[in-house]
Amino acid sequence: MRTITSLKGTSFSILLLAALIIVFLPFLVSSYYVGLAIQVFIFTIFAMSLDILVGHTGLPSMGHAAYFGVAAYATGFLCLAGIKNFWVGVILGMGSGGLTAALFGLLAIRAHGPYFMLITLALSQVLWGIAFKWRSLTKGDDGLPGIGRPEIGMGIDLKPDLYFYYFTFAIFLIVLVALFVLLNSPFGYTLRGIRESESRMKALGYNVGLYKYLAFVFAGVFAGTSGVLWVYYCGFVNPSNLGVDQSVKGLLMLILGGSGSFFGPGIGAGIIVLLENIVSGLTERWSLILGIIYVIVIMFFSEGLSSIVKRGH
Amino acid sequence: MKALDVQALSKDFGGLRAIRDISLEIEAGERRAIIGPNGAGKTTFFHLISGFLFPSSGRIHLFGRDVTHLQAHQRAALGMSRTFQVTNLFPKLTLFENILLGVQAINGARFCFYRRVNSFREIIYETERLLKEWSLWGKKDALLKNLSYGEQRQIEVIMALATKPRLLLLDEPTAGLSPAETALVTSIIKSLPREITTILIEHDMDVAFEIAERVTVLHFGSVLADGPLEQIKGNSKVAEVYLG
Amino acid sequence: MAFWIIQTLNGLSFSMLLFLIAAGFTLIFGLMKIINIAHGSFYLLSAYIGLTILRTTDSFLLAVVTSSVAAFVVGVAMQSLFLRRFYMKELQQVLLTFGFVLIIADLCLWVWGGNPMALPKPSLFRGSIWIGNVVFPSYRLLVILVGVIIAVGLWIFQEKTKFGAIVRAGVDDEEMLRGSGINIQRVFAGVFGLGALLAGIGGIIGGPIVGVFPGADLSMLLLALVVVIIGGIGSLKGAFVGSLFVGLVDNFGKALFPELSMFTLFAPMAIVLAIRPTGIFGKMEE
Repeated sequence: MRTITSLKGTSFSILLLAALIIVFLPFLVSSYYVGLAIQVFIFTIFAMSLDILVGHTGLPSMGHAAYFGVAAYATGFLCLAGIKNFWVGVILGMGSGGLTAALFGLLAIRAHGPYFMLITLALSQVLWGIAFKWRSLTKGDDGLPGIGRPEIGMGIDLKPDLYFYYFTFAIFLIVLVALFVLLNSPFGYTLRGIRESESRMKALGYNVGLYKYLAFVFAGVFAGTSGVLWVYYCGFVNPSNLGVDQSVKGLLMLILGGSGSFFGPGIGAGIIVLLENIVSGLTERWSLILGIIYVIVIMFFSEGLSSIVKRGH
Repeated sequence: MKALDVQALSKDFGGLRAIRDISLEIEAGERRAIIGPNGAGKTTFFHLISGFLFPSSGRIHLFGRDVTHLQAHQRAALGMSRTFQVTNLFPKLTLFENILLGVQAINGARFCFYRRVNSFREIIYETERLLKEWSLWGKKDALLKNLSYGEQRQIEVIMALATKPRLLLLDEPTAGLSPAETALVTSIIKSLPREITTILIEHDMDVAFEIAERVTVLHFGSVLADGPLEQIKGNSKVAEVYLG
Repeated sequence: MAFWIIQTLNGLSFSMLLFLIAAGFTLIFGLMKIINIAHGSFYLLSAYIGLTILRTTDSFLLAVVTSSVAAFVVGVAMQSLFLRRFYMKELQQVLLTFGFVLIIADLCLWVWGGNPMALPKPSLFRGSIWIGNVVFPSYRLLVILVGVIIAVGLWIFQEKTKFGAIVRAGVDDEEMLRGSGINIQRVFAGVFGLGALLAGIGGIIGGPIVGVFPGADLSMLLLALVVVIIGGIGSLKGAFVGSLFVGLVDNFGKALFPELSMFTLFAPMAIVLAIRPTGIFGKMEE
């Protein structure tokens, strides 16, 4: 449960080993697994952004995919309009994710526990519905294909997966450092205090409502970042990127990997990405199998999240 | 200078009038005990003072400032601090992190999101100092929920002191403590500096009478008696209310 | 003029469908604090089962009974075998219901395929009726009638029966219910089953109007969410009023500007959330 505040001793050598494996991965495994690794980076960011709310602030946000999807669409539109510069795209993505979170936060932040979950779910589902119906803009369920890799200048071409892999890893490291600082900052500690006892924090003088709102916006910005990377990776965006399945997947990553810890979300992301890809490669009924697996996982492995949903204050 | 000035304070819950027309004044530096039988409204009164409940009518002034419509955290920022009847700390954080949050509360750094908290030396040092002052340094890495009930009640008080309050509200600080622990907490409260005005809700008469200079007795949500300690001790109405 | 009458009646018949789904959803949430993401799945499953029954036996009545009972059974099973283990752990319960969404949706896809299908109407109601100077399908009028009857029936159940009183008490104050000695798990299973039953009725009755297709589960769920947020959590009255509102707005939205019809729902929902987060008739702790 403790955020890692220093990287000494054994944990450092494990990290070093992991970094080495990541760097040499493309030479060790086939390109299929390189693609999976890219997905793991992206969804680790997504899961960590969700954990800011769920694990660190105690806000069980059910509509997290909204910020991911909005950023993906925004960057997708940008790309299809001809602007392929990565930095423009990612600023737009982060901004649109953060803006959506800012709007949703205003409407959701006064609710607690199950009501908060209901509202966040409804808001993101409405966005899904908008994307679904507004065919002239989003092509609805068919989605928007043909979104290419971004351009980062310096003569580097990101179209081959190999280069995109290292690029994503670099962005991933930057985000990881940013999240590390955020979660270990006074702001991060305040969030965890709020998770443990809102009333205690208020009695100490913290403006709890404001902090929860800011946490929401930060989570939206980071989720947006992962949405941008996703759309650049797979070149395609559709309404399901905004929908409940994406949001729930994020929560499952937190259950499996451990919520409230630094590396937990990443472990969960890795498990879910591998699981989904392996199962969908094995059978046409992958959705059924995944549903069954999810039910089993919740039934037997979900102790960690029981304290997150609180009724009232 | 009055630390707390309450005028005609009332609180209704639907049809139930829990607090009726309470007026009282507490001077800066005073030690006041609030006593009364169960259900007299003592904790409700604290909630109204500290902003966890809003009154149906009446006014509250904190060091001359009208705080009647201010939220709890805003009153805390003006120098009010409180403990809770049921221990209200951060169970899954370490003792160090618990106190740190108290220390951080009055530091402008608390909004900083781009530097690790370790880099704010003054916050870290102050947390260390508090833990060492209260002889709890050895347990700094223990999760709060793993500490004993008595230790937690003690930390509840320390937490309230970490924000360097001018007015301290203690809600039954010795509830559930052993005689030895009670004596410890009582001596802590007695040794508090005079800059901290202290209001104490207590069920344990011995503790209340040992600490207080003035006593306010609540009964059915209103003030039954209010005066210096000796006067209240000798008040027959008060004795009646307690002994039936 | 004719346009408005027809669209209003269309909207009303859709409102009744929404009510059937939203009523169960709001009771389940109000009493157990569970967000049943699988609520739309009851609708879906019931519609598909009804389709098969109709194709094989041509008896609408049999289809209604079978589908609704099937939905009821699945609902009770879901609650008593799975959800009940996570009493008071709302996050796990919600995630569980999502697992069931995937399972039910894929099973339906496997058995009935991915093409949208329309259920045939009962033979008695295949025609149209004159209302003033417009012609309107008699089936949709039947739906409105059935919806109103069920709404009244639910109201009687809630206000006049002992079980209804227990549910009302539980929605207001669950702790009190737990302390009263009533077997709360049976109440929960019953309410969950009732909700599933209502959604199932909605599925079979709605089939001839809306059709059935993969994704109908989530579409109906979305509308139920909007109804419950606007109308209020835990309130049947709220579900009814909310359904009227959403059904009419959605229908007119689709008729007038189909691509942006979702915004016509989003705006009122956002307004309600901003002004009164618990919904118009909501009964929740603030």
